[in-house]
Amino acid sequence: MAFGPHLLLAALEGLVQAAVLALTALGLSLVFGVMRVVNVAHGEFFMLGAVLAWGVTTAVSGHPALGFAAALVVAPLAVGAVALLSERLVLRRLDYNPEATIVATIGLLYILQQAALTFYGPEARPVVPPFNIRLQLPWFGYSAYKLSVIGASAVVLAATWFVLARTRIGLVMRATQYDREIATAFGIPVERVYAGVFALGAMLAAVAAVLIVPISQAHYLMGADPLLLSFIVVIIGGLGSLRGTVVAALLIGLSDGIVSVFFSPTLAKIIATLAVALVLVFRPQGLFGQAAR
Amino acid sequence: MSPAAPHGRVIALHLAVVALLFAGEFVLPAYHHGVMARIMVLAVFAMGYNLLFGYTGLLSLGHAMFFAAGMYGAGLTAYHLGWSVAAAFPAGIVAGAAVSAGIALLALRTTGVAFMIVTMMFAQVGYLLTLYFGNWTRGEEGLTLAPAARLLGPFDFTDPATRYFAALALFAVVLFLTLAVVRAPFGRVLVAIRENEERTRMLGYDTFANKLAATVLSGTICASAGAAYALLFGYFGSTFATVAYSILPLLWVLVGGAATTLGPFLGTLAMYYLIDISNDVLNRHFPDWDMSYLGTVGVALVLLVLFFPKGLLGTLRQRWVVWLP
Repeated sequence: MAFGPHLLLAALEGLVQAAVLALTALGLSLVFGVMRVVNVAHGEFFMLGAVLAWGVTTAVSGHPALGFAAALVVAPLAVGAVALLSERLVLRRLDYNPEATIVATIGLLYILQQAALTFYGPEARPVVPPFNIRLQLPWFGYSAYKLSVIGASAVVLAATWFVLARTRIGLVMRATQYDREIATAFGIPVERVYAGVFALGAMLAAVAAVLIVPISQAHYLMGADPLLLSFIVVIIGGLGSLRGTVVAALLIGLSDGIVSVFFSPTLAKIIATLAVALVLVFRPQGLFGQAAR
Repeated sequence: MSPAAPHGRVIALHLAVVALLFAGEFVLPAYHHGVMARIMVLAVFAMGYNLLFGYTGLLSLGHAMFFAAGMYGAGLTAYHLGWSVAAAFPAGIVAGAAVSAGIALLALRTTGVAFMIVTMMFAQVGYLLTLYFGNWTRGEEGLTLAPAARLLGPFDFTDPATRYFAALALFAVVLFLTLAVVRAPFGRVLVAIRENEERTRMLGYDTFANKLAATVLSGTICASAGAAYALLFGYFGSTFATVAYSILPLLWVLVGGAATTLGPFLGTLAMYYLIDISNDVLNRHFPDWDMSYLGTVGVALVLLVLFFPKGLLGTLRQRWVVWLP
């Protein structure tokens, strides 16, 4: 292939990755923004979503789209329930102490991996895409499903933005983020907001996983990469900044897609990780975030 | 250091632990003898981690890179350049000191959660580098050192007894080194930084220089464990650079008790056997559960942080034995 088609293909692959990454990272960013804790088990919520999607689609017979639609509803709800449970049983008891939370969510990460290994097994399994159409682009045919992933992700992102910016729930969440104590004084049930945000963050990761699992595969160790990439996105975008998260996801997804096509994927990861560590060292508020209050 | 020193019983206690381990060579059955040699080397790793996490209060999630720096520093020079143990072991230590100094200069500009993430990211870069240079490191598959590369003068590390004594020697040196460090003025400054960095700075101490020294010392000790692991057991691979090997020393220190000199060893010992036994038992009774270290480590971390944040020796010191260092 010539350079042009190669670049288009790389850009499309990058866009698909960016779309999924934006959702996953948004979940991590919300949890950090509102609760001021880092959820190291976020990648495992992603993995759980993918594994559950496999479970639901194999359980539902009939047209693949039927099973996929069921997975899109069931998997995020189930993952949200797991997140809610761990918030109640662990994080709340630690009073959201940042360091203790990191240690506890590392524990949670291992527990979820073990659970997936025990109940799902060590194999990587594919999920049948809901539809199998190839769109003819100028140089090559491209999976319509992949394009629809970009669209679906944009819809979920827009919906999340709407909830945060235009509804009462969003207002309460932003108030809690801005000042926990004043919010409590105004009668906002901060603990319930925290529980809701933690579940919502996990559900966003699960939605992203269900969308991507027909393209990649479900595996019990698949959570590491989304976690690391989400960290990268959230840090570059500025911890807790929604717009920054989306912009950074596009940047990272696209550049990762393009660099991986032309160079070694390992080298791409090395450069991205190193760049992010240096951003965090020299510009801790992120490239798009504002300096801390 | 005689037993008549003001803190005589502290030194007596540490000597007793070393003597007990020395006796282990003659009484332990073959399997546990081999395990104990490994635990002593890994306990050195944990003691290095404890110096930074327990005493200085800096939670790093990237210590696997220091362990791996020592491991590859020693292993690669022995494997590719044919260096003897007498040269390869110091090479590992120098590599660890260099890496930890470089990382510390960057990472110590951040604090709190950012410090954890930055160290984790740098360690991830280290891990990816071991994969990227797969031509030399053989990546996940790793490299095995030939028996001839594991000789130090008359000592042959392929022999279990020699290996045990070598591990014990390193363990004893690092144990007394950390004891000396934490009881020296330098160690008191580190604890002061952990308790209140602002106030320590106001008292006139250069907190950055002290934290830098602590990180380099901690990284170098961890590197010595990595170098010893490669040379004693003759194998090194990318697995030892993964994030799991950054989390394990944290777990060991938490179990044994952060900021106690003997806690890291006790924690390593307890966790090693807990994982070993729980996997055995669970796999026997539930053969299709696919138990690995994941479940045990996960449950242990959550329970520890919830109910037992001071660990074994930390609790012991708080309740009964206040003089424990």
